[in-house]
Amino acid sequence: MLTAGFFYLFAVLAIASATMVIVARNPVHAVLFLILTFFNAAGLFILLGAEFLAMLLVIVYVGAVAVLFLFVVMMLDVDFAELRAGFINNAPVGLLVAGIVLVELIALFVSGAAGGLPSAIPAAAPGTEALSNTEQIGRVLYTKYVYFFQAAGLVLLVAMVGAIVLTLRHREGVKRQSIAAQNARTPATGLEMVKVASGGAVVPSSEAKR
Amino acid sequence: MAEQSTLWDSLIWLAINVGLSLALLTGLLIIIAYLLLLDRKVWAAVQMRKGPNVVGPWGLLQSFADLIKFAVKEPVIPAGANKGVFLLAPLATAVCALAAWAVIPVSENSWGKWVISDLNVGVLYILAISSLGVYGVIMGGWASNSKYPFMGALRSAAQMVSYEVSIGFVIITVLLLVGSLNMTEIVRAQADGIGTSAGLPASFLDWHWLVLLPMFVIFFISALAETNRPPFDLVEAESELVAGFMVEYSSTPYLLFMLGEYVAIVTMCALGTILFLGGWLPPVDIAPLNWVPGIVWFILKATFLFFMFAMVKAFVPRYRYDQLMRLGWKVFLPLSLLAVVVVAAVVQFGGVT
Repeated sequence: MLTAGFFYLFAVLAIASATMVIVARNPVHAVLFLILTFFNAAGLFILLGAEFLAMLLVIVYVGAVAVLFLFVVMMLDVDFAELRAGFINNAPVGLLVAGIVLVELIALFVSGAAGGLPSAIPAAAPGTEALSNTEQIGRVLYTKYVYFFQAAGLVLLVAMVGAIVLTLRHREGVKRQSIAAQNARTPATGLEMVKVASGGAVVPSSEAKR
Repeated sequence: MAEQSTLWDSLIWLAINVGLSLALLTGLLIIIAYLLLLDRKVWAAVQMRKGPNVVGPWGLLQSFADLIKFAVKEPVIPAGANKGVFLLAPLATAVCALAAWAVIPVSENSWGKWVISDLNVGVLYILAISSLGVYGVIMGGWASNSKYPFMGALRSAAQMVSYEVSIGFVIITVLLLVGSLNMTEIVRAQADGIGTSAGLPASFLDWHWLVLLPMFVIFFISALAETNRPPFDLVEAESELVAGFMVEYSSTPYLLFMLGEYVAIVTMCALGTILFLGGWLPPVDIAPLNWVPGIVWFILKATFLFFMFAMVKAFVPRYRYDQLMRLGWKVFLPLSLLAVVVVAAVVQFGGVT
């Protein structure tokens, strides 16, 4: 009873906020609605008994990815008039993509109703009903699917290295703080006694060597 | 959360949970009112001032006077502000901070577990909710439509996301020792450890702070950064950004921001208590000490951690922003990552749990 109520609450809110993502005029509002959509999706996961996935969804997507989205959208100077002008031109492509997704969903639903899908899902983790789903996921992820898991990790690592390579540049002439060097400084290395002739200037030895 | 058979059953279940939640939140907020006073008193004592001492005996009613003052003032909304988001931001901060308490177990006795929701992914829930705290800050900074709040919001977004990573790894080391994501299990696992294996009665030597001392230190410092407490309060560094993301806020919205911040700090103290200081377990499991109800120990330990937070605020100067990022990414991240590998290896091959 309560579960059903929560299902309809989350489902309606998810669909409504997903609609608002594409309808909202202000891009920051759109991202905030996207976050609300993620949140409701997490709620639906919990109702399915997949609390581990729900928490990961919130931690990864809401806690990290959407923060970066929001960051970028707030910083970018987007020209909304120009964006909206392209709407009619892009509409046929959008409708085509939407149509393909709809057909796929219907195909999936029909095959699932025929019994193709439900038998495949429990086969992924056989005989572990007594365990919590965190343990179940851990058991298959690090045994049966360990190579896929590692491969996914490698893809992310390569993407990270690529992003760093693209953006990293060493500028000349920038003084950087070296905390290790600072901490290693002693009075012997940091202090220099200079004998200054009357009327003369103080020339540090590092300057004098040049 | 068993399947509810009838409408009546589920309504009773709902009413009990709402009642328990209200009891927990009321207790929490009253404790926070006094922790806030403690914070100011400690700060004052370090600076050789008296601190709040006028309202009530020894200033005990100061927090309530502040509450009334905030509530009856006029909320000013800047003309250029994005009104909806502007008002939503403090609400998001306060609600997210309070929501984290749903899974925090404060005690356990013959009546059962003293927790609203005994989620078996409790730790992840805390991580998820605490990572939502950043939204209140970003939304507030952006919706104010002003330079300083926006700068503060950007700083906080980067800071909170960075330190979440090291907090996550620190928590993983604890979870590896415990073997469960349930908060109650984490405390139960600390009933035996180093002390009991040496033949002593169950005591504070068994708690995780001793086994994972470096991790406890990293957790404490990361918790300071995660909650934007000094010395990492660059989000609201008054010498640079006036009050950061809170510049444009007044009255109750400002109160909600402050409340959310303090609730988040107390949540971190409670989390530290559960992960490292043995939750509600007595310091030594002998006769007079284990007669004391568990919740008393829990509150004492959390208050001790809060006292350390307050002392750090009083005597550590503020970090520079690049040093803050260096500490998070170049010191804590490699250290905590290494610790995860070492602890996992010890658990797997050393047979120590």
